[in-house]
Amino acid sequence: MTAGAIVMMIIGLGVTWGGAAVCLWIAAKKRQV
Amino acid sequence: MAQREQWGTRIGFILAAVGSAIGLGNIWRFPYMAYENGGGAFLIPYFCAMITAGIPIIILEFGIGHKYRGAAPKAFSRISKKMEWLGWWQVLVSFVIAIYYVAVIGWAMDYFYLAFSQGWGTDTKGFFFGEFLGLTGGALEWGSIQMHIFIPVVIAWLLTWLVLFTGVRKGIEVANKIFMPLLFLMVLLIVGRSVTLPGAAEGLQWLFRPDFSKILDYQVWANAYGQIFFTLSVGFAIMITYSSYLPKDSDMNNNGFMTVFINCGFSILAGIMMFGVLGYMAAQQGVDISKVAGAGVGLAFVTLPKAINMLPAPVFFGTLFFAALVFAGLSSFISINEACCAALIDKFGWSRKFTVSLYTVIGFLASLIFVTGGGLYALDIVDHFVNNFGIVFCALIEVIFLGWFFKTDTLREHVNKTSEFAVGSWWTIFLKVVTPIVLGYMAIANLIGDIGNPYGGYPMQALLLLGWAVIIGIFVLSFFLQLPKTRESELDKFLND
Repeated sequence: MTAGAIVMMIIGLGVTWGGAAVCLWIAAKKRQV
Repeated sequence: MAQREQWGTRIGFILAAVGSAIGLGNIWRFPYMAYENGGGAFLIPYFCAMITAGIPIIILEFGIGHKYRGAAPKAFSRISKKMEWLGWWQVLVSFVIAIYYVAVIGWAMDYFYLAFSQGWGTDTKGFFFGEFLGLTGGALEWGSIQMHIFIPVVIAWLLTWLVLFTGVRKGIEVANKIFMPLLFLMVLLIVGRSVTLPGAAEGLQWLFRPDFSKILDYQVWANAYGQIFFTLSVGFAIMITYSSYLPKDSDMNNNGFMTVFINCGFSILAGIMMFGVLGYMAAQQGVDISKVAGAGVGLAFVTLPKAINMLPAPVFFGTLFFAALVFAGLSSFISINEACCAALIDKFGWSRKFTVSLYTVIGFLASLIFVTGGGLYALDIVDHFVNNFGIVFCALIEVIFLGWFFKTDTLREHVNKTSEFAVGSWWTIFLKVVTPIVLGYMAIANLIGDIGNPYGGYPMQALLLLGWAVIIGIFVLSFFLQLPKTRESELDKFLND
């Protein structure tokens, strides 16, 4: 895989699963999940 | 006062919403869509669509269901008596989707069984269209019912009946708490296997290689918005129904963001899973990936079985893949049917058990058309028209009505009041401006496209009967369903007072 493809894969996974993780963190911090 | 059913836990609601959003399209539509529209560069319009349309609409639907405490027809009628038909239109679109979607779940169940022995043989295309589907010579030539598809379809309906019959908390919530973790576990196992296959890196290279010239093409943006609308189960009554079961002090904004992120993240995982295997297949055959890449039914039931035949442990991969399809399909199927049953319960005041039983019998009988030898043609035509006109027009009218003829700020106040973080005026702007423009463009482009170039080369008689007549029929029927007086519950009296 080229660097460009690897970067885009990381961005794709990072934005979505990273976003979900942040939402879970907010939920855990503010109240119960 | 009579209490509306409620979710038992927050995670139960999120899993049910995610289970509804994650369906067959995440597995067989998104990967090819990304590959065809710029690879990694497609993520730019895709994420823009996610933020400007997907998240605002899902929060809107969560807010409507939660504030007005009803399935789509009741929720819309509480906003304006004259708009109940829009809810019924969405419910009828859901019903039509349900009766053909169950056939695909039936195929996946059959293929799960076949995967133990690769019972599809070496000519996977000939097997699928010939021996398996018993495909007739053309649309409107129905042929006979295929018993090996009929049986899993009966099982899918029975399972769904059982889940819905048992209720929101003990049925839908429990089912999703089982299905969703299993689905994620299965997909992660397949991803782990597929990325370690020889040639997988080449497949992923094709999926993620960014072609930034594509993002200047407006069609790529339209495809990204289309993918977001279709993947999130918005515009066809489901999310409104599910959120109507949320307790009073529930979060909606964070839940909406979470649902969208998990759904889109799952799509990207599915892309890695599919293109890892396709890369392996292309390497084994010594051909370019473009020769094996595809989407939809052909990808799942023709290309993948062929790839599975070539894998070192075909039973492991084959059973996991088709089990994942079954779980993804069933969780969506349950939500689609719940949207319909809840609307009937709200309207006529029937008990859940009676409504679900009656609905299941009607739905099952209607779905038999897709179990015949001509079922694939019917499915293809109905799916095309329902997606391109039913859902798109439903969603368009919904955002125009709610964005421009309803005080959106009132709803923003409502969702912000109990949520863990607030959405700002950007939410209103995206709903009022961006989504109507994009949906309007899609609706007009679809209409012009279908009038100028009849879909799929099917005979006009088939397109009129299975396409236009279905769309116009459900539109007209939605107005008739508005006519009977809605049963007024204790909850209604309370809300009216």
